[in-house]
Amino acid sequence: MSEAILKVCDIHCAYDAVPVIHGISLEVREGEIVAIVGANGAGKSTTMRTIAGLMHPVKGSIFFCGEDISRTPGHSMITKGISFVPEGRRLFSKLTVKENLELGAYTEKNRAVIEERLEEVLTLFPILRKRANQVAETMSGGEQQMCAIARGLMSNPKLLMLDELSLGLMPSLVEKVLETVVEINRKGTTILLVEQMVQEALEIASRGYVIQTGRIVQEGPAKDLLESDSVRKAYMGL
Amino acid sequence: MSTLAQVLLDGLLAGMLYALVAAGLSLIWGVMDVINFAHGEFLMVAMYLSYWMGFLAHVDPLFSWVASGVFVFLLGALTYRFLVSRCIGKAAMAPLLATFGLSMFLKNLCLNRFSPNFRILQSTLLEGKKILLGNIVIGMPQLVTGIFSLLLLFALYFLMKKTRLGWAIQATAMDREAAELMGINTDRIYLLVFGLGGACVGIAGGLLTSYLAVHPEVGSLFGLIAFLIVALGGFGSIPGALAAAVIIGLVEALAGFYIAPVFKYVAVFAIYLAVIMVRPKGLFGW
Repeated sequence: MSEAILKVCDIHCAYDAVPVIHGISLEVREGEIVAIVGANGAGKSTTMRTIAGLMHPVKGSIFFCGEDISRTPGHSMITKGISFVPEGRRLFSKLTVKENLELGAYTEKNRAVIEERLEEVLTLFPILRKRANQVAETMSGGEQQMCAIARGLMSNPKLLMLDELSLGLMPSLVEKVLETVVEINRKGTTILLVEQMVQEALEIASRGYVIQTGRIVQEGPAKDLLESDSVRKAYMGL
Repeated sequence: MSTLAQVLLDGLLAGMLYALVAAGLSLIWGVMDVINFAHGEFLMVAMYLSYWMGFLAHVDPLFSWVASGVFVFLLGALTYRFLVSRCIGKAAMAPLLATFGLSMFLKNLCLNRFSPNFRILQSTLLEGKKILLGNIVIGMPQLVTGIFSLLLLFALYFLMKKTRLGWAIQATAMDREAAELMGINTDRIYLLVFGLGGACVGIAGGLLTSYLAVHPEVGSLFGLIAFLIVALGGFGSIPGALAAAVIIGLVEALAGFYIAPVFKYVAVFAIYLAVIMVRPKGLFGW
């Protein structure tokens, strides 16, 4: 088993002194797809936002490639190799698809490298090539989600974090988007994803964590979680 | 007929200058949702700087606008770092009151240091020069200022629409958190935008000294007109600011000539009220 590139050690998080995460520890190893699943309000997104540096833990620490990043500001994460696709896509709605993608590689100054990556993501998402000069907000939800993932890939991250990809997408699209995630992973990007669609997420993941009210209640290989009675009962309605 | 053309031309040239002043205000509002109430006083500071450079060092406004622009860029950046950045995210009124306080401070500082006297720069390079087109007289200082303002406005527009920095500024305006995730240091973008907004009005003020007298109250009216243009054109829109500024300039000139000089601002504010009642987000607002 390869080394953990991301190590979250017992973090506690709070919004305006109201605690929402009560000690979460997890790790992501190189090449894995790790899924964090759980119900609405369990603290999945907060965990992701904390790792991405948009907020900082009140207690505990986060290590990425051996370096403590618990206090690193969000805008420095991309140069460390972490790219976060936040919940609800958060595209720059009045900019074109191409401009959005360019901003994904904002910290990269080498024009040739940017062009190369642009070509890569447009091959991965051919629909975006057709939409390149279209204003982001005029695309459908699925296209916007693809654009958000593509934008997240433009920095060529070691770790791609995806929050609620399925939000607002019809089931057939969710499947397609998740297939792409597997493809991205196969090309060498480690993936940490958060999903409310528990079954779909665990089917593509190698390992999973189940979060409930700010704590991890279950963890293990995704296959085991899929078969576990408590997960099936609580999240899949089986 | 030529009287009308003369009035229209005067209005147009005034409008072009107003557009540059307003663009600075609009940029700051568009990106950070902050109205810089000291904007007019930034103009006054630039005018004093340009005046003293001309008076003491004999640097013509044709050249000293560079210094005015740089100086007010720094003034804007400092204002952001030490005043506005401490107010953002607090009560909505906080940045407004803070910049209002700054405007009071600057105005009274200049009143105290430079007296309330009107000062006009003598024997500048363009002084008294004019172009005659039939019966129409175009003053060179006004023409140069107007055209220069327009060029700068185009440059600003180009910066915003066509460069990566411009996209980063727009991204920060649309979604600050998502911009952070792209690796954009949004605090630095805010600093830069406040500086750029200041530079616009600083350059405008520097050029203006070639034909307008400077005094501690000179910024108040410009600040008010800039605010009105930004609201009329739509907050955050540069083309909107240009269109609205030209409308305001024309209305001001026409009303001033055909009704009475004292009525020109009555007409300007009446137009503003009429548009805002019909279309509250302004002519080009989002």
